[in-house]
Amino acid sequence: MRLMRPSSALLVGIVKLLVGAYARWIGTTPSATQRIYFANHTSHIDTLAIWSSLPRSLRMRTRPIAARDYWGKGLRKYIATRGFGAVLIDRAREDATVDPLEPLRASLREGDSLIIFPEGTRGATAIPARFRSGLFRLATEFPAVELIPVYLDNLHRSLPKGALLPVPMVCTVRFGAPLAPGAGEAKEVFLERARDAVIALADPGVHA
Amino acid sequence: MSSLIDAIPREFFWLFGALIGLLAVASTIGAILIRRPADEKKAASRANLVERINAWWVMVAILAVAFLLGATMTLILFALASFFALREFITLTPSRLGDRLPLALSFFVIIPAQYVLIGVERYGTFAIFIPVYAFLLLPSIAALRSDIDDFLSRSAKQQYGLMVTVYCLSHAPALLMLPLPGGPGRAALLLFYLLLIVQMSDVMQYVFGKLFGRTKIAPVVSPSKTVEGFVGGGLAATGIGAAMWWITPFTPLESAGVAAIIVIMGFLGGLTLSAVKRSLGAKDWGVMIEGHGGMLDRTDSICFAAPIFFHVVRFFFTA
Repeated sequence: MRLMRPSSALLVGIVKLLVGAYARWIGTTPSATQRIYFANHTSHIDTLAIWSSLPRSLRMRTRPIAARDYWGKGLRKYIATRGFGAVLIDRAREDATVDPLEPLRASLREGDSLIIFPEGTRGATAIPARFRSGLFRLATEFPAVELIPVYLDNLHRSLPKGALLPVPMVCTVRFGAPLAPGAGEAKEVFLERARDAVIALADPGVHA
Repeated sequence: MSSLIDAIPREFFWLFGALIGLLAVASTIGAILIRRPADEKKAASRANLVERINAWWVMVAILAVAFLLGATMTLILFALASFFALREFITLTPSRLGDRLPLALSFFVIIPAQYVLIGVERYGTFAIFIPVYAFLLLPSIAALRSDIDDFLSRSAKQQYGLMVTVYCLSHAPALLMLPLPGGPGRAALLLFYLLLIVQMSDVMQYVFGKLFGRTKIAPVVSPSKTVEGFVGGGLAATGIGAAMWWITPFTPLESAGVAAIIVIMGFLGGLTLSAVKRSLGAKDWGVMIEGHGGMLDRTDSICFAAPIFFHVVRFFFTA
């Protein structure tokens, strides 16, 4: 039993109260298929918002990726590992000999679904920055896993980078149609296509 | 204002039993209708019917909570309604970094404080807390961040949201602190009376509008509001109000007058908040924010009717 249920339920309750995290299944439906959800990243709530928006049965098998330098100590570590079963990733590459993607591969091999943020860091705008290559590498190494683009709105207003207190705002979590790298598709081409798939889920007029 | 269980008036059991029976029948009909094949238009109006019946169940639940669990639970319920309504309003209102602290204070300090003031029966402070203190201090905090872009427009919108979703809405449960002849149980019946008239007026205006609606009152702001619907539905709701005089401190005639005030204010609330959301670029609080119920769509009439009803009762009918 990886997750402690009462703390998870409390966490989900707080997230729903603050930002709603209403799921909109636009290009796909909730499914137990092993998946990698990849989303735009603007706020510390992002991880929790996607995780909370999933049906409970899927939540138990879906693990968000969290940066070890932020979520790796004290109360945050407790919330991350006990509350939402996060996989901690060494973003700073303290040990250069270890591939930072290794813990992700281990989780995928165990059959878990993952939530990742391919920008690698939080942005300040509604439109995501360039995607890093980890998504492409995982996609080619695990071709059976579905890649689902996800767009989170309003969280850059609710709890932007540098802010301490969240302002309650209604956030929708939009799930798009799965996509996969084509045979011989170049890394850059695929990453741009994946980013466009996330942007396509944003409101037509969002350019803030 | 502890539990009201000792003071439950007998009327409560009559009302409660009758309403549960009626609603059970209505829900059964709704459940049968929605399973039947229909074209798109019919299906939409049936879904609408079921939604309205569900709103009634919520109202009956509030009534039950107000009586059985006491004033504290009622206040918590309305505080949550204010929280969700303000969250909706702020989501649609442009804000900048300088607004973050005043906004966070609105949600986490002002909402709880306003409802605690009702709980401890501090009428004097409750009545001026938001219009004086929040009005002066919140924009001052924003000004300290020296971000002047659209400053007046930003603060005005946030103040308006706070007044409607917190200050005005809080007047509904504030009825519970009025010293009425006959004890605290009477005040809870008045809260029920307010919700009943507002809902009845809404339903009746909808029905009369569908049957006889021709002349639009304000076509740009709210295409569904017609003179025929408002007059017919308003009169019907006023009649229902008069017929309910026996749960209030009013005579039948007074009850008709008070119900008419509730009808008119509720109508103006729906109209005005419709103009507000259109000016924010939304057609429906619930559609603009996909997948969300739209707390303000549900409470717009109550927000406008509650303060006036509260003051009419306080001025003319308290012991």
